[in-house]
Amino acid sequence: MNPLITARGITKHFGATKALDGVDLDINAGEVHVLLGENGAGKSTLVKVLAGIHGHDAGTIEGHASLAVIHQELALVPELSVAENLFLNRLPRRYGFVDRAEMRRRAPKLLERVGLNVDPNAKVRDLGIAQQQMIEIARALDKNAGVLILDEPTAVLTETETDRLLEIMAQLRDNGVGLVFITHHLDEIQRIADRITILRDGRSVGVLGPRATTQHMIELMVGRPIEEQYPRAQQRPGQPLLRIENLTKRGVFENISIEVHAGEVVGIAGLVGAGRTEVARAAFGVDGYDHGTVAVDGKPLPRHNVQAAIKAGLGLVPEDRKGQGLVLTATVGQNLELVTLDDRDEERLHDIAGKLRIKGRVEQPVKELSGGNQQKVVIGKWLLADPKVLILDEPTRGVDVGAKVEIYELINRMTAQGRAVLLVSSDLPEVIGMSDRVVVMAHGRVAGELSKGATQDQVMALAVQEISA
Amino acid sequence: MTTISIRKYSPKKYLAENGALAGLVILALVIAIMQPAFLNAQNLLNVGVQAAVIAIMAFGMTFVVVAGGIDLSVGSIAALAAMVGALTAGPIGLVVGALCGLVNGALISYGKLPPFIATLAMLSVARGLTLVFSEGQPHETDAMVTFLGSNLAPMVPLPLLLMLAFFGITGLILTRTNLGRRMYAIGGNEEAAKLSGIDVRRQKLWIYALSGLFAAAAGLVLAGRLGSAGPQAAAGYELDAIAAVVIGGASLSGGVGRATGTLVGALVLAVLRNGLNLLQVPPFWQQVVIGVVIALAALLDSLRRR
Repeated sequence: MNPLITARGITKHFGATKALDGVDLDINAGEVHVLLGENGAGKSTLVKVLAGIHGHDAGTIEGHASLAVIHQELALVPELSVAENLFLNRLPRRYGFVDRAEMRRRAPKLLERVGLNVDPNAKVRDLGIAQQQMIEIARALDKNAGVLILDEPTAVLTETETDRLLEIMAQLRDNGVGLVFITHHLDEIQRIADRITILRDGRSVGVLGPRATTQHMIELMVGRPIEEQYPRAQQRPGQPLLRIENLTKRGVFENISIEVHAGEVVGIAGLVGAGRTEVARAAFGVDGYDHGTVAVDGKPLPRHNVQAAIKAGLGLVPEDRKGQGLVLTATVGQNLELVTLDDRDEERLHDIAGKLRIKGRVEQPVKELSGGNQQKVVIGKWLLADPKVLILDEPTRGVDVGAKVEIYELINRMTAQGRAVLLVSSDLPEVIGMSDRVVVMAHGRVAGELSKGATQDQVMALAVQEISA
Repeated sequence: MTTISIRKYSPKKYLAENGALAGLVILALVIAIMQPAFLNAQNLLNVGVQAAVIAIMAFGMTFVVVAGGIDLSVGSIAALAAMVGALTAGPIGLVVGALCGLVNGALISYGKLPPFIATLAMLSVARGLTLVFSEGQPHETDAMVTFLGSNLAPMVPLPLLLMLAFFGITGLILTRTNLGRRMYAIGGNEEAAKLSGIDVRRQKLWIYALSGLFAAAAGLVLAGRLGSAGPQAAAGYELDAIAAVVIGGASLSGGVGRATGTLVGALVLAVLRNGLNLLQVPPFWQQVVIGVVIALAALLDSLRRR
């Protein structure tokens, strides 16, 4: 079969660093070609070279198919309607003015192609992230893109949304579209990949078929075997350190009670919109709540007061690393010291940086770091503050396998020292693998609690259940 | 202080990080070649004195810009402080300036107004109060304020020394105090600062109060030099102050900016004005040239960051 796009020997330098080193890649019609690699392996650079955003220093790219890239950061205008976003840049016109009737007529057809059932007149701002992604895909398809590149689309999706996306990808493949799919989720790869190209340090280190094992993928990716994906070292739980009781914020979450003991990791699972992040933020004092109590080590916290929460020994690693976790204009060191400005300890800062394996980079601007290292900085600033309880909200989102395991080891180290961790995660294997107990939330309530060894099915069964108010 | 940095010296990197300084040197060289009188010691001192008022104001503005805000009211606050200083006493002018800044900060922090709107309102209120108090007339300054604008000794103008003193204080606040470190955090990512336990609202109160205080000091120095406080004094200076901060490499989106940059920015503006006068460029054209230089400086900076 003739590939839609053939890239040979692609090499790209950024200054002195070689981001891509002689990479070959074929994209065939009707296949899902997965690009796999740790952060910084060169996946995004390769995509940008293919899309013509970056030039390349050596190698050839041949192909006739037009190419569309769905980036992680969506390129939609939130204040415009779904239909306007679909036709952005080439709005149908009549007498020089936008032809709204034509737009309304054509929009549903496009939405149907991606199986999206929304009102074309709705504002994009009011849609969920998964729906927004579908709109971008629909827009790309309308431009007759023969090749669709999806850069970590599932990183922000829940399990069910991911299922839906994979279905649509399979459908597009059957219609002869060539898909390039970037993801860190190995289970997704096993479900949909026809071919897997693995990148490491800017080189292609292997092309695997659809039946590749996770073990094989990981080994190629990190260049060494990884013993265990979820190395949770359980402790005997001590006294309760975090006690959330009957926490209620009307219309958001209701009667949430969660207890985390010293040495324990308690997971919160659930679909996006179940209210997990909202509970975490309310407990930490970022947002207010209507009633209920939050107590750390027996001391009740005042509402809506982050400073008091920190003082009592609570910490929060927020879900949005770049938007809420990091000061991107600052250096690694300046980010690390953010929580502990009042009693700065230079020695401890370097000590923590060493433990996080980001030592020697303390002076480096944090935006130059890979996603995994950035996340370690956010966690590191809390390790410096040494909280009794650390809430981690999606701590490994967009983080590569190697750094993930390091973050898990940090969790183990905290609990070994008698601290407690509340782990909010949409990554089911992770929340099951790393938690000693899993609290499942659905529709703003606690749907149930599962002990160690629960299956993904059990969690999902609770997460999707309807709860009568 | 933050971590100790041991970096290898590299002229290229130094220039890249100090584009404004390179610009200042080139500018001064060009003017000196075209008009050697520029290098006359008395003239250079004049440039320093001319730079002082804008520089002091711009140092206060640097805090605000680093923290991701803007302060349009500094020119009016300078005039109000000078007028109050002339009618009562200098220190009272300083207090009034700081209070105006506090009001700005309160409107922004607790009233949740955008800094542009809050300080635009203050621009009008402070100027209006200046007119009310002065009844539209200039008022002579007392000995203490006049002293601020005088020469300490022959060839030692006090405004120049004050500028250097404020420069030192600004650098100290930005790099060596928690307030300064928090300015960078708030300007770089307000949400992250908040989630790290920084009381963003209270910090902003202090930041705008500092800007008001610095503006008041600049106003008093200006009045001291002129020997009187005028109702229309320092009108439009807020734009020069913003220009100085931006030429100095600070980012209006926050999180970036340094005291040295602002000092250089203020000097660029003063050198340019002085040079254009010496070269007898008509005043109408001077405006055009200054605008072009501001655009060029910002353009160079944006190219450098890519």
